[in-house]
Amino acid sequence: MSSAAPAPGRSIPAPVITPETRPFWEAANEGKLLLPRCRSCGKVHYYPRARCPFCGGEADTWIEAKGEGEIYTYSVMRRADPPYAIAYVSLTEGVKMLTNLIGADFDRLAIGQKVRVVFVPSESGQKVPMFTPLLP
Amino acid sequence: MSIKGKAFIVGAYEHPTRHAPDKTVAQLHAEVAIGALEDAGLRKEDIDGYFCAGDAPGMGPLSMVDYLGLKVRHVDSTDTGGSSYLVHVAHAAEAIALGKCRIALITLAGRPKSEGMATGTAPRAGNPNLPELGFEYPYAPTVVNTYAMCAMRHMYQYGTTSEQLAWIKVAASHHAQHNPHALLREVVSVEDVLASPMIADPLHRLDCCVITDGGGAVIVAHPDVAKSLKRPLVRVIGAGEAVKGQLGGEVDLTYSGAAWSGPRAFAEAGVTPADIDYASIYDSFTITVLMQIEDLGFCEKGAGGRFVADGNLISGVGRLPFNTDGGGLCNNHPANRGGMTKIIEAVRQLRGEAHPAVQVKDCALALVQGTGGSLGLRHGSATLILERT
Repeated sequence: MSSAAPAPGRSIPAPVITPETRPFWEAANEGKLLLPRCRSCGKVHYYPRARCPFCGGEADTWIEAKGEGEIYTYSVMRRADPPYAIAYVSLTEGVKMLTNLIGADFDRLAIGQKVRVVFVPSESGQKVPMFTPLLP
Repeated sequence: MSIKGKAFIVGAYEHPTRHAPDKTVAQLHAEVAIGALEDAGLRKEDIDGYFCAGDAPGMGPLSMVDYLGLKVRHVDSTDTGGSSYLVHVAHAAEAIALGKCRIALITLAGRPKSEGMATGTAPRAGNPNLPELGFEYPYAPTVVNTYAMCAMRHMYQYGTTSEQLAWIKVAASHHAQHNPHALLREVVSVEDVLASPMIADPLHRLDCCVITDGGGAVIVAHPDVAKSLKRPLVRVIGAGEAVKGQLGGEVDLTYSGAAWSGPRAFAEAGVTPADIDYASIYDSFTITVLMQIEDLGFCEKGAGGRFVADGNLISGVGRLPFNTDGGGLCNNHPANRGGMTKIIEAVRQLRGEAHPAVQVKDCALALVQGTGGSLGLRHGSATLILERT
């Protein structure tokens, strides 16, 4: 269950990969969700960047997230064809990440719902982390 | 040192167009500049400071200073999206207080309608050097669905309802019916808002602002200049700025940067929310207004839904008359940046020049609140407090 396909008719733009973020994207292709951790203060942040947004220290270590969390908020873009669900998911590691919810009945989504990560291929083949409800 | 009383808004002009397929963006900037100068009773040669943001074509102020034929000794092209023009007023007051210029022109113009921009509903790729791009663009964030996520969380956390949000649009439409230039002049009901198509849950089409061509300009001047002119005196007495984003992953979409810029402005002005007679509040969406009203302290956090309901924002009816020109929800949102028109309507109210049907009686103290970017991703916030003297 670590990989999934986008909804029919929807293609996912490929992420821009930079020297700062390459480990994150290489791990995503292997089905792992990495989070950057600061060498100085030990805090995890998101989105990944080389310098810790809390203390300015070097954030060059990566931890593997469990890939579990819950929906902090979401919105189904009804106007789009096909509709899609954008969301922030609160990870068990404490950070919230912008993502999409897939493999779900959009009318039954709810804040607080438990979700787990799945990796979805983008237009370039690079996999992108998205989330799906634990209970459909 | 404070900017309190160091500068006045002496000229204000809103372009009457809402659709300008036959004009250029630079031309619209020039037309609003001339309009503001005529309103103030000044000449172009009097301008010695120029302020613009990303809607102005060219590198910062360079093209527009050249196009307009200005001779300036102070420029500022701070861009915080739709809130830029409030920041410009504050920065102009700072520059005037320091003697860097005496008469500052601020212009805004754009043609999103003529250029066919899918302003709110299409993801925008942006510059590949944007640090957040790889972590956002694949998920198709749009203006509307990122604000919608704020509304969804607000509803979950505080019990805010779609009916309460709809009241914000209803109040704006009550005001817009009196504005002959407003794009949407029809009075709408809560039921009309709820029956309009869902764009991004829970925001309906009528929860969203209009898309218009046009622009506006204001002129900020030294007190001696203001007192030499024939217009009513509108004094800048407080200003605050803030930038709020995703906080390193500690995202909190329940409040806006107004929670930071507002208290700074109130402290500088030495007034409280209860003192405010009229408020211009950025209204890209209904939820934008609700969050900022709470964050500015007009009501408790989470109580905004009850505060805005039942016509409480309608001039002559409710406690907090807002956006009496019809705002971005009904009147005008030129260049997809609503800060300038917010300043202009506040100036009209303080001068007693709003439409008689919406003019706040004895309007002496006004607040202008702007945001820019997206409350759901990252945004600038700016607050101004203006006083009639």
